[in-house]
Amino acid sequence: MSELQQLAAGEPADASGAGAGMDTSADTGARAQTGFWSAVGALLRKELLVELRTLESVPGMSLFALSTFAVFHFALQRSSVEGDLAAGILWVTLLFAAILGVNRLFVADADQGGFDAFLLAPVDRSALFVAKALALLAYLAVLELIAVPAFALLLLGAPLGPALGGLAGTLALGDVGVAAIGTLIAAIAVRTRSRDLLGPLLALPLFVPIVIAGSRAVAPLLVQAHRGAGGGPPTRWLLTLGLYDLLFGLIAYAVFDFLLED
Amino acid sequence: MDTPSRPAGGSRTASRTAARGGGLGVLAIATVVTMTAALGLVFFWVPLEAEQGFLQKIFYVHVPLAIVALCGFVLGGLLAIQHLRTRDPRWDVRSYVVIHTSLIFAVGTLLTGAIWAKGSWGHWWVWSEPTLVSFLIIFLLYATYQPLRFAIEDPERQSRYASVFAITAGAFVPLNYVAVNEATAYVHPRVFSSTSNLPGSMALTLLVSLAAMALLFATLCMYELTAKRTRAQLRALRRRLADEGEGARSRPRSPAPALGYAPAAGAHVSAASARGPAQPPPLGAAGARRPPL
Repeated sequence: MSELQQLAAGEPADASGAGAGMDTSADTGARAQTGFWSAVGALLRKELLVELRTLESVPGMSLFALSTFAVFHFALQRSSVEGDLAAGILWVTLLFAAILGVNRLFVADADQGGFDAFLLAPVDRSALFVAKALALLAYLAVLELIAVPAFALLLLGAPLGPALGGLAGTLALGDVGVAAIGTLIAAIAVRTRSRDLLGPLLALPLFVPIVIAGSRAVAPLLVQAHRGAGGGPPTRWLLTLGLYDLLFGLIAYAVFDFLLED
Repeated sequence: MDTPSRPAGGSRTASRTAARGGGLGVLAIATVVTMTAALGLVFFWVPLEAEQGFLQKIFYVHVPLAIVALCGFVLGGLLAIQHLRTRDPRWDVRSYVVIHTSLIFAVGTLLTGAIWAKGSWGHWWVWSEPTLVSFLIIFLLYATYQPLRFAIEDPERQSRYASVFAITAGAFVPLNYVAVNEATAYVHPRVFSSTSNLPGSMALTLLVSLAAMALLFATLCMYELTAKRTRAQLRALRRRLADEGEGARSRPRSPAPALGYAPAAGAHVSAASARGPAQPPPLGAAGARRPPL
């Protein structure tokens, strides 16, 4: 926060400096480069600090995941699941919980003037995208740290231990995609009239490739017979997830600027 | 009074050329000819397929519809890139029209696909047919395009957000197709895995049908664009007429900010908006800026 204020306060100083003596363009370029990452750092710190103090997103997401597991238990009338079914339940629960976080991601900025304050600061607008995506990634990581053990405890019929490495890798790859697209969709939806409705409507179809690749990568890990000997998740689906992350990370990064112009 | 009336006069000649069609007539005739040729080939020339018989002929509608709709969605994304680069609202209208026509074609693909599935496999819906499944997902995604547009009131922001969405969704189309295709490729044998294994007469018929469908798509888009342009010009002329009837009395009172809306017909716009705030946002690019419906 203080760094942002500094940056904001730096603007008139820069202008007067340019008036007094010409800045070399290389100097400004270098400053903009450092400015980007320090802005990302400041924004990310602000984001995590706000989350720590208000506890608005992560506890809600985790609690939602836990109750969804209970709902699945009763809806499927199973006390334990494995294989395809387990992978599907895990991904659906995590994605729906992620959508809760996505819906909240920009609400404070839109309602309390955070966008305006950010636009006043002389930093690259993509910094906001990177910081928000990193914050969402952190929320998802915490969510999974809570939800995956709970899933293993409540529903999973197979041992989690040998699958843990592959599961963590697949979830991490999926999370990057969810964070990139989720941040973009959150920024689009938050400025519309029916934001709570449009966010999930826009996000869910876009998440379908993640579900396809993610659940197919995780399914063979969550079976009784798996003892860690078969190695990690199928490479084909990890590659699909990686391709998704790369493509949509770049696209979201490129088009995010256009959402923040007024 | 002379200065503002000159651009309006210019737009009147422009409207005359637009009314002549700008190639729309030629395009429409070409579409009718090709479409007739394609249907003729489908029903009277191409031999019946050995396994499926008459039912297989829906292939010549379903596949071109699917290809044209997919290309239309990607094209909508490219037009949206152009809009964000140039900030010209006309690119946004083009992107909107292309996407919205593709959406209709996608519905057609879903319906014909369902009929075909019912005929050949006995079910209206089969999850093992990747084209159908990816179309369902793409349809669900693009079905939110119009709700998104109409949920944003500010016209400038609306077109900007719609373009961001169109670019993301346009990139999503091929990736989604790859993912769904890969997920189902080994489950069900495809009827036609590619056009390369088709006999010559079927391939030719398919190509002619594809050309007909693409021409139909182009005609529908051009038609809608021309209609939008004409409607905007008609509205401008009507407002001009109302202004002249009312006389110059209201003009000096016009609030200055309204001038910013439409520089092309400044005085008339401000006079119109001075009469009442309930008036729709004016003019100039009115057809382009407002949610095109």
